[in-house]
Amino acid sequence: MPENHPSGDKRFKLLDAAMKKHQFQADALLEVLHTAQELFGFLNADLLIYVARHLKLPPSRVYGVATFYHFFTFTPKGRHSCNVCLGTACYVKGAASVQTALERELGIKAGQTRSDGLASVSIARCLGACGLAPAVVFDGNVAGNLTPEAAVEHVKGWVPHGAN
Amino acid sequence: MELTELHQIAEHERAQQKPVRIRCCAAAGCVSSGSLAVKQAFDRAIAEQGLSDRVQACSVGCLRLCCAGPLVQMDPSLELYEEVTPEQVPSLVASLLPAAAPPLSAPGASPGIPSAKRGDPQAPFFTRQMPIVLENSGIIEPERIESYIAAGGYRALHHAIREMSPAQVVECITRSGLRGRGGGGYPTGVKWSLVAKMPGQRKFIVCNADEGDPGAFMDRSVLESDPHRVLEGMAIAACAVGATQGYIYVRGEYPLAIHRLEVAIKQAKKLGLLGAGIFDSPLNFRIDLRIGAGAFVCGEETALIESIEGRRGMPQVRPPYPAEKGLWDCPTLINNVETFANIAPIINKGAEWFAGIGTAKSKGTKVFALAGKIRHTGLVEVPMGMTLNAIVEELGGGAPNGGTIKAVQTGGPSGGCIPASLLDTPVDYESLQALGSIMGSGGMIVMDQTTNMVEVAKFFMEFCMDESCGKCIPCRAGTVQMYRLLSRIVAGDASPAEVKQLEMLCDMVKHTSLCGLGQSAPNPVLSTLRYFRPEYDRALKNGRIALPLR
Repeated sequence: MPENHPSGDKRFKLLDAAMKKHQFQADALLEVLHTAQELFGFLNADLLIYVARHLKLPPSRVYGVATFYHFFTFTPKGRHSCNVCLGTACYVKGAASVQTALERELGIKAGQTRSDGLASVSIARCLGACGLAPAVVFDGNVAGNLTPEAAVEHVKGWVPHGAN
Repeated sequence: MELTELHQIAEHERAQQKPVRIRCCAAAGCVSSGSLAVKQAFDRAIAEQGLSDRVQACSVGCLRLCCAGPLVQMDPSLELYEEVTPEQVPSLVASLLPAAAPPLSAPGASPGIPSAKRGDPQAPFFTRQMPIVLENSGIIEPERIESYIAAGGYRALHHAIREMSPAQVVECITRSGLRGRGGGGYPTGVKWSLVAKMPGQRKFIVCNADEGDPGAFMDRSVLESDPHRVLEGMAIAACAVGATQGYIYVRGEYPLAIHRLEVAIKQAKKLGLLGAGIFDSPLNFRIDLRIGAGAFVCGEETALIESIEGRRGMPQVRPPYPAEKGLWDCPTLINNVETFANIAPIINKGAEWFAGIGTAKSKGTKVFALAGKIRHTGLVEVPMGMTLNAIVEELGGGAPNGGTIKAVQTGGPSGGCIPASLLDTPVDYESLQALGSIMGSGGMIVMDQTTNMVEVAKFFMEFCMDESCGKCIPCRAGTVQMYRLLSRIVAGDASPAEVKQLEMLCDMVKHTSLCGLGQSAPNPVLSTLRYFRPEYDRALKNGRIALPLR
């Protein structure tokens, strides 16, 4: 078994435990990446190489799998985040204008995090909350039946006004 | 575990139930609108008003009318309350007291709070439904196996193991006429018998819960409301085909469904209903969860298998079909959540009962997720053969705010838009296909006069372009080109020749792509071209002088 991570970061211990639970089987790669992202918030090269070494997989395979799935992210999330649902029901009910309003207010495009790390905007395929369309998840809380104005109201104070 | 023990658990559970049960919806839609706080408020109010011996509040599964959450239903009176807030709860509990105590003077009730909005449980939205898959939804407590057993759960599994031979189980499913609910409509019994006939000791059961169609939330609801029903269906399948290991591949976007499945598997194992020696028979069957990571293509069965094996979710060439060579090259039975949820009732009530519901070729019921420009958004389960019109107008209540329905979209990015003029079509696999759409997994999005159909086609194409796995060229490059053409049409930059080119591309991608994603990606374009051609033409006429294609 390869050595522990040199950083001594305790989160690697938890990652080790997750890999051990799956007996370091290569087919547990997705489960392990899920755990890694849960622990660290995002994946980076160091983490992927660490996983590759422990599961005895070429780094290319780990990188290939991690980049294939939308769920895995390679940039840290902002302090605040909003996840705009662009499922069909939300789309039909005007989610695109909600998205544009949030992007304008926060000064970033969907999929980005502000350079000051204060906020990020992401897109969801479908939250399955179609009864609340259009819906946005603000810092983990779902808000429904939004107008662009109501959505902007939710992110007031996230970023200094007039910045960007 | 013996049958008598199952009966004992059921009896004990029924004896524990209070005369009045307040059913609080705890499915994701209502949880998002704050139903957990409502449930807690009920617990508090019941204790404060000293009603604990007669009244209990339960967290149940989906009560279906998702647009009016948080929903609360009283049992046995079946009074329904919509958009309930924690502040309204004390007076709601007080209203359960004998008439001598008027609600507002009851302890805990404060004046000035508007009373809870009454829903109509006799509305067509509820009365015209035929719940089979959803029969326990909104009634039992999904996180308690006792609640499922009290509702008759796991009897079918016992019956299948003890009273039937595997061949009889397969034969029963075949005779019922059940077809795959994931969209394809392949006869379930035939699939089961293929896997059952395969040689080898190592076989797998996979439940496809990678509900990727945007606007579809049926499977999520079933998993959140009645997870044991799916486990039981999978165990019966395992008994029929001789599998020992099952996987549920569930979307990572559904944390609540994942949690409830984890709880359910643990409880079933503890009672000996999963694991080694189920019902003290030689049958061993274990179920593990696999969490998806946001790739629509993983709903395709061969891509799903790749993903379970820890690789990129790329579809493989069929044949060999998974029934022959699936997970780790072993025979694998893959069915959708709703298909598995239909199994226990078929075993319990018989193939003839099931075959008596629906149309000549499409048996049973189908769950649809009604959403979009419609008054009653939520889940409906209707017998096959009901017309689309009945579903959207009678159950759904038509378009809100005096709008008119323009089209109904079924089948998500793989389906098509059906115009209002054709809504008298009965819902069954063949009829929807004849209209250029598909049954799909059950998303039904209603569009009104304000929806631009060319933009809808562009929306779905963007989705397919992003979700194309990149393995085969027709899909990888074709969806990009089709999206570019649609963008130009929407922007008013396209020439008539480009629409022709779009049609040609549609035909090519449809016929040459490797998997269902590519083969069906042109459907939204083709169906809007077929029924809403004037909208494309208008976009061209308004356009500037068309630029040549680069």
